[in-house]
Amino acid sequence: MSSSQTGYFVPQPSKWPLVGAVALFFIGLGAAFAVNQHSLGYWSIAVGAAILLYMLFGWFGDVIGESEGGRYGANVDLSFRWGMGWFIFSEVMFFGAFFGALFYLRAVSVPELGDMIHKMLWPDFNPVWPTAVAPNGTEPYSAMGPIGLPLINTILLLTSGLTLTVAHWGLVNNNRGQLKLFLLLTVALGFTFLGLQAYEYHHGWTEMNLTLASGVYGATFYLMTGFHGLHVMIGAIMLTVVLLRSVKGHFKPDHHFAFEAAAWYWHFVDVVWLILFVFVYWL
Amino acid sequence: MTTATHVTDHAHDHHDHPSGIMRWVTATNHKDIGTLYLWFAFIMFLSGGVMALCIRLELFQPGLQYFRPELFNQFTTLHGLVMVFGAIMPAFTGLANWMLPLMLGAPDMAFARMNNWSFWLLPPAAALLMISFVVPGGAAAAGWTLYAPLATQMGVGMDLTIFAIHIMGISSIMGAINIIVTILNMRAPGMTLMKMPMFAWTSLITAYLLIAVMPVLAGAVTMVLTDRHFGTNFFNAAGGGDPVLYQHIFWFFGHPEVYIMALPAFGVVSQVIPTFSRKPLFGYHSMVYATASIAILSFMVWAHHMFAVGMPVTAQLFFMYATALIAVPTGVKVFNWIATMWKGAMTFETPMLFAIGFVCLFTMGGFSGVVLSIAAVDIQLQDTYYVVAHFHYVLVAGALFSLFAAVYYWLPKWTGHMYPEGRGKVHFWWSMIAFNVTFFPMHFLGLAGMPRRIPDYATQFTEFNTMATVGAFAFGIAQVYFLFFVLLPTIKGGQKAPQRPWEGGQTLEWEVPSPAPFHTWEEPPARELVDKLSAEQKLH
Repeated sequence: MSSSQTGYFVPQPSKWPLVGAVALFFIGLGAAFAVNQHSLGYWSIAVGAAILLYMLFGWFGDVIGESEGGRYGANVDLSFRWGMGWFIFSEVMFFGAFFGALFYLRAVSVPELGDMIHKMLWPDFNPVWPTAVAPNGTEPYSAMGPIGLPLINTILLLTSGLTLTVAHWGLVNNNRGQLKLFLLLTVALGFTFLGLQAYEYHHGWTEMNLTLASGVYGATFYLMTGFHGLHVMIGAIMLTVVLLRSVKGHFKPDHHFAFEAAAWYWHFVDVVWLILFVFVYWL
Repeated sequence: MTTATHVTDHAHDHHDHPSGIMRWVTATNHKDIGTLYLWFAFIMFLSGGVMALCIRLELFQPGLQYFRPELFNQFTTLHGLVMVFGAIMPAFTGLANWMLPLMLGAPDMAFARMNNWSFWLLPPAAALLMISFVVPGGAAAAGWTLYAPLATQMGVGMDLTIFAIHIMGISSIMGAINIIVTILNMRAPGMTLMKMPMFAWTSLITAYLLIAVMPVLAGAVTMVLTDRHFGTNFFNAAGGGDPVLYQHIFWFFGHPEVYIMALPAFGVVSQVIPTFSRKPLFGYHSMVYATASIAILSFMVWAHHMFAVGMPVTAQLFFMYATALIAVPTGVKVFNWIATMWKGAMTFETPMLFAIGFVCLFTMGGFSGVVLSIAAVDIQLQDTYYVVAHFHYVLVAGALFSLFAAVYYWLPKWTGHMYPEGRGKVHFWWSMIAFNVTFFPMHFLGLAGMPRRIPDYATQFTEFNTMATVGAFAFGIAQVYFLFFVLLPTIKGGQKAPQRPWEGGQTLEWEVPSPAPFHTWEEPPARELVDKLSAEQKLH
């Protein structure tokens, strides 16, 4: 029931939040047991993930239906904008925790492990970054340099930001062909990025002996690029949905919040990558 | 609105939304969701309270009586987690849900469906925490701070706790986004930011803190998880990491978290005291700026929790001065509350009693906080009962008392019934005395060197511990009294509440009938009404 004067849309009772809560319960419970190698845990995660997918389709389906049905006025649109902005801020803080850890490890804990006191414990440890071997490590590993795949990936992501903007121009100028073509290009660049990153991981893991256990270098490398990759995947899926909706004729030049939200998210992922490239690969 | 139209409204309501259990599980109404939050928080409060009583029971006399030390550690850990994430935070989110749309003149929260998801994620998270008691190895026993390397050991219970924290974090972030967007985008025409009720301001700033730090906690426990199961070495020196890193990340979350539990309490008290002093809030603008200052400073003081782990003297000095600096905006608030009461036509109904109790006891907790901020002193008092006394003064007599003040203050609006005033006063004085009997002796225990989180103690600590245990059980019984003799009777019946139970109330929630109808402010309040109320509160 929307209130008549302000036109603010208040949705009808909905089952989706409860479905989502049940899904996360099974995923959380299952994950706790799966990391301890209980096979039931994997089943619980699978059940939870299936329920979560059902919720995502249903919930977003409702939202898309309401949006296309013209239920969202300018005020609701503004709420969505604020909401997406604050959500991205929360993501910034999530990556902030990992960057904070990286800087602390590089500036404090690794140098300290090479000081006089720790020479008693680990006389052979060389406190440089990237560490070639952990203090207690026996197997040396190589660090991932910036030139090569990471540089190509940087170019791919930056280009995708550009193509996304061209797609947006197409949408705003009601040039649907341009919208769909450049959106498709963006999605393709995104998935190419993911493919190359998968290849990079495989190469690092099997040929450079670089694993999660390769000292704090390996830990920060895989967790930071991994969480970034996960966000690229989420962003690419969002853009794919936007692409499919564009093909179906959704969005108007003056009413396309979903496109903009996905675009904001994509640019955010882009910026995170640039910082990653500088501090994880390069310096 | 007259009684007759109110009755029709009510009849109309029943066609509007499902009844029975479906009303609650599919709710999109901010009042229903607020009620869910508040009941959940109360149930968690009682569960966490039972764990606290188990702790006090074991500490009634020296020696090991009732629980194995491992189980004792699980109680202290889960007591903290349940009270922080299950009781205090959801209770304030529930209050914000119930009251913000009413106070701001909005038809509902900005994202009504997501609002319900925020709530319904909490019971699964609580279930994961409770399940952890019965898995092999028991629940997490590393203290609510889950410090590495303790947290990188232990069994499945720790993993369940990690995922419970992830789910509660998702819930908090969505709830906070909802609160911020509602405040920024759904205020009635004429209600500028600087004319909002103080509770809206503190909710806004609290929500900002939540969005800023809950993801950091998620990052911290994720690193614990990968250290536990995926071979990383974030918190292991042998792999190049550092256990102290965990403490830095945790307290970067943990200190703003303290204000996440305190700022909304300030907001509640800033609504209650003017009402019962029959005067506008003294220094509204300085209250807003003080709240914002506390929020900003809260990001710069985290390492005062870590003086004893060792850090450069310069860092100790910085964190010490920054911490002591927080006393300034907090002092501004306390003086403003006192100045609001000054020469007011004060009456002492139960909400006001709890609010004044809050001001007195929270200030004491603040003072012991200033004592602890001094690095040289803190190194002596770190992890003693002095710290336990300090944070229970700010969290029980602070956050919890303000919640009781809020419940008594708005119960007539929620239920349409007046609570029994005499019983409310009994609840207040009983809680007030029992609280001090429980926690005041802990200052002495801490100064004498009794460490926290230990199930046994040297015999010279016996008297004060016995006293604290007696007080704790009295405090617990007071809350059961509150449930059965105040809360439930008021919900079921009792004297009918007028639209304005307190003639001093000057905010928008007193402009709708009691009980508040299912839908309120579907038409925003008239501009003249908003302006009139702002003028009465001397807001320009």
